[in-house]
Amino acid sequence: MPEAATLPTRREEAWRYSAVDRLQGVPLDNWRAIDLAAGETFRDTLVIADGAGTRPTELHRWRVSVGEGATCELFAVLASAEYARLEIEVTLHKGAHFELGGITVGGRETVREFVTRVVHAEPEATSNQTVRAVHWGRGTGNFLGNIDVVRDAQKTDAAQDFKGLLLEKGASVNAVPQLEIFADDVKCAHGASVGQLDETARFYMAARGLSPELARRLLVQAFLGDALVGLDDEALRETLMDTALAKVDANL
Amino acid sequence: MLEITDLTAEVGGKQILNGLTLTVKAGEVHAIMGPNGAGKSTLAYVLGGRPGYEVTGGSVRFNGLDLLDMEPHERAAAGLFLGFQYPVEIPGVSNLQFLREALNSQRKQRGEEPLTGGEFLKLARDKAALLKLDPEMLKRHVNVGFSGGEKKRAEMVQMGILDPKFAVLDETDSGLDIDALRVVGEGINAIMRSPDKGVLLITHYQRLLEVVRPDKVSILSAGRIVQTGGPDLALRLENEGYDAVMADA
Repeated sequence: MPEAATLPTRREEAWRYSAVDRLQGVPLDNWRAIDLAAGETFRDTLVIADGAGTRPTELHRWRVSVGEGATCELFAVLASAEYARLEIEVTLHKGAHFELGGITVGGRETVREFVTRVVHAEPEATSNQTVRAVHWGRGTGNFLGNIDVVRDAQKTDAAQDFKGLLLEKGASVNAVPQLEIFADDVKCAHGASVGQLDETARFYMAARGLSPELARRLLVQAFLGDALVGLDDEALRETLMDTALAKVDANL
Repeated sequence: MLEITDLTAEVGGKQILNGLTLTVKAGEVHAIMGPNGAGKSTLAYVLGGRPGYEVTGGSVRFNGLDLLDMEPHERAAAGLFLGFQYPVEIPGVSNLQFLREALNSQRKQRGEEPLTGGEFLKLARDKAALLKLDPEMLKRHVNVGFSGGEKKRAEMVQMGILDPKFAVLDETDSGLDIDALRVVGEGINAIMRSPDKGVLLITHYQRLLEVVRPDKVSILSAGRIVQTGGPDLALRLENEGYDAVMADA
């Protein structure tokens, strides 16, 4: 079958940690286009949660063009499907802003990932990506983030921040930040770290009467909260947080 | 109220407590003083149940319960409060959320009804005022960005809100200036001075003991209580030093 020949493999950088065997029969060329005119403000969310409508593979590929001075804010929680992937290609025009807040949570053998390419195509655009991953069992969370700053895109301000929290031995996270910068007057920041729950904090919380489950919940909530700081809609923020926390609570 | 008998404990394979025996009765403030490395903080952590502090012998009874058989959060719910020498920062969790969850978790374990948001907020504001802590600080994340003095004051506000039966305070006076020391000392008096409560006050300095008048003072050395006396013992230590006082004993 010709389709099989076109399936990505793990040799490709953008699919390096993906569950590529789960792409069989999944249409790959379904790109959603988001085109924002100059000055426009746009916000959208993607929530992959347990439910009848959730498929074993949730592949979402979005191509975003943010016009001059426009703002695009995307917030996503990947908390279900055997393999969930949100891939975003963003082109930023002059003075545009792109914001991504992403959360992956999962256990068993699941793979959940964000793959982004943010192209600063014109000067003075800003971008901010914050991704938090909490995994257990043999679950995997990935963030592959590319930032391209073209030659004329002076005064670019791009930031990318990833943190992984592993609740059990056997879980893993992968972070691959890639920055290609061809302009000289730019600010680009990126950071990636991985760790476990802070034992000192857990004891402190226990000493105040919190059960181990409650302490873990509070610490996970605080950890994930960073990804939603840029979301100014409190009700929506709570909905997203509750979805992620419910997944952790139900499985540990 | 608290009966420690022949307690031995080790940390990282090294024995720190060597048969420590100590009783604190209800209504008493018992100060523990001792040179560096004597095992003061280890005693506090063993009582709190910190992982890594392994009890190898002896017993601790707390109001008739076997304290060493309980999980740390169960000890708290039973009325034990451990004041930390270095209060821990918890980014992303506000003091109000932390303390409300902690108090209601304790109440649940005791079979009591949880406090409502309004009831809790009033309680928190009252205790902050008692300890002269700016109530705005309760909205901030637990101990994050607090100065040393603010952290200790916040510990005392936590103690006021949780209203324990017994407090183990590990060098609560370290890092405090003279004014803060007085506020914290008076806070301890206001919260814990009661015929049905007890305090184990671990300290290096006589100064806190001038505000919180202890009923008894014990010297801890090499993992054991080597001498117990009245408040005058603390004064002698301040004037003559540990070596001289212990040589007389």
